[in-house]
Amino acid sequence: MTARTVLTVAGLTLREAARRKVLRALAVLTLALLALSAWGFAKLAGLESQAGALTSGEVRLVASQLLNLVMFGLSLIAALGTAFLAGPTLAGEVESGQALVLLARPVRRSAVLVGKWLGLVAFGSGYVVLAGLAQFLVVRVTVDYWPPQPVTGLALLAAQTAVLLTLGLLLATAVSPMASGVVAVGLFGATWIAGVVGGVGAALGNEGVARVGTVSRMLLPTDGLWRGAMHAFQDPSAVLAAGAEFAGFPFLSEAGLTPAYLAWSVLWVALVLGLAGTVFARRDV
Amino acid sequence: MTAGPDLAAARGLLAGLPPSPAVWCSGLRKRYGRRTAVDGVSFTVGRGEVVGLLGPNGAGKTSVIKMLLGLVRPDAGEVHLLGRPGRDPQARERVGYLPELFRYQPWLTAAEVLALHVRLSGAAVPAAEQRDRLGLVGLADRAGDRVGGFSKGMQQRLGLAVALVARPELVVLDEPTSALDPLGRADVRDVVLALREDGVAVLLNSHLIGEVERVCDRVVVLDRGRVAAAGTLGELLGRRELRLRLTGVGADAEARLAATGRLTRSGETWTVELPGAEDTAEDTADVPRLVADLVALGVRVHAVEPGRITLEERLLGILRGDRP
Repeated sequence: MTARTVLTVAGLTLREAARRKVLRALAVLTLALLALSAWGFAKLAGLESQAGALTSGEVRLVASQLLNLVMFGLSLIAALGTAFLAGPTLAGEVESGQALVLLARPVRRSAVLVGKWLGLVAFGSGYVVLAGLAQFLVVRVTVDYWPPQPVTGLALLAAQTAVLLTLGLLLATAVSPMASGVVAVGLFGATWIAGVVGGVGAALGNEGVARVGTVSRMLLPTDGLWRGAMHAFQDPSAVLAAGAEFAGFPFLSEAGLTPAYLAWSVLWVALVLGLAGTVFARRDV
Repeated sequence: MTAGPDLAAARGLLAGLPPSPAVWCSGLRKRYGRRTAVDGVSFTVGRGEVVGLLGPNGAGKTSVIKMLLGLVRPDAGEVHLLGRPGRDPQARERVGYLPELFRYQPWLTAAEVLALHVRLSGAAVPAAEQRDRLGLVGLADRAGDRVGGFSKGMQQRLGLAVALVARPELVVLDEPTSALDPLGRADVRDVVLALREDGVAVLLNSHLIGEVERVCDRVVVLDRGRVAAAGTLGELLGRRELRLRLTGVGADAEARLAATGRLTRSGETWTVELPGAEDTAEDTADVPRLVADLVALGVRVHAVEPGRITLEERLLGILRGDRP
């Protein structure tokens, strides 16, 4: 019974995303980003520095930096999209009255919530994987660069999206749909900035400042997962080549993720989803 | 805890009992902040019974319905639906619900909304039967249209089909005709009467007293979160009356009238309260006998009009009488 509810609601959520023209809006945004990046990368191939033509190594370094930058744009689209989808899909349904008839069926509220979550994760992950692959192809064609760990990188990017939409769902069980989207995206941005601050702190050897990044990465794992994804996308020689002057640069990740951090991210999602389920189950609709 | 022989015996005893009521609730209480919305409400709806929930705005009718369906958590009290405790989602397996605030996924078609509810209810209802339900509420030719393009009235009709689609044994209708034209109201009345014929219990919350009076077996009147009165229409309405337009009424005739029941007079119109709650054969014989006696006493009878205290009058009496 519970599995049927979960799958039915997940399917419904996907159908909503498809029919409400969310897909179309995302496709237009993504195509614009891909076209712009293709243009930029094509120019990069023929770029000459002050010292003459760039060496192939330099091109690879710059390409891997730019790829990270563009992927950040994609992850931002995915994060904004799913966070603003997660809020209305739950809080909006309660507010409009759509939830009344649905929850009066013989369903557990936690099953409805998990179904929504599953549908949103499928949607967000599907988007990240498709758009990411398209971007890889663009880079491949223009500057002949292929990221070293494309699968790991895309999986981590999908995980980042899942983390943010889980937070969006938790917020949506408690506050209004618009507020939940705004808060989720705000926290996402704040964590990223804290990560950058932490990176600068680490570069300067200031432990206190570095800890800002570490703590924020524990509280909301989006930035940590993003750094892991970046590490999978960038050329392994980039960190070495960049040297000390690039330390703390926001689009350069010095290390991959530890298994412990991945485990923490999974646990974080489970905890937040469980909390959202508890809040939603106790709520009057 | 162990399931001892006592428990088994109790189960055997329970199995021998007649089917539990469609709705049983006891001592329901709900506060929103400092305001008490529902304060100790208890009532039952028997299997196949049509019960009307009446009361002024803010009496707590919708809150009670939401607590029955597990949408709102009561602060105190217990609910059983079709013999199962209300906390168990399975209790709602055979329950259909049309909320006062009806909204269905605008991006789905009418047929898809019904299919969704059939899946969630776990019932196996073939597509043809689902289409029949749409036909029953007058939406047969709109099955493939998106709900987003429906008018309010059509959405409420769809809501009625949703409430009926999973072969319910209990249907809860919260203001089911609020967006409907007179034709639609008549349709809903027919649907409720058809449900009663099929032995489906109905809990009907409606402002339209006439609607309730026509279809309900019993009425529960809520006022300020409490049950102000409850009973069959006969019990609640009780008194019948007779209005007569008479001339030439002498003292004997007046005494004959007064002997029948409480008498009031306004010009030529006399109103006599008749004894007896129901229209039994004996009661109906009272009227011709009275008229014959009056004629024999030389009274000229211009008009005889039997009347009944309407539910509206009774409801107003209950609610006003209740005020300090």
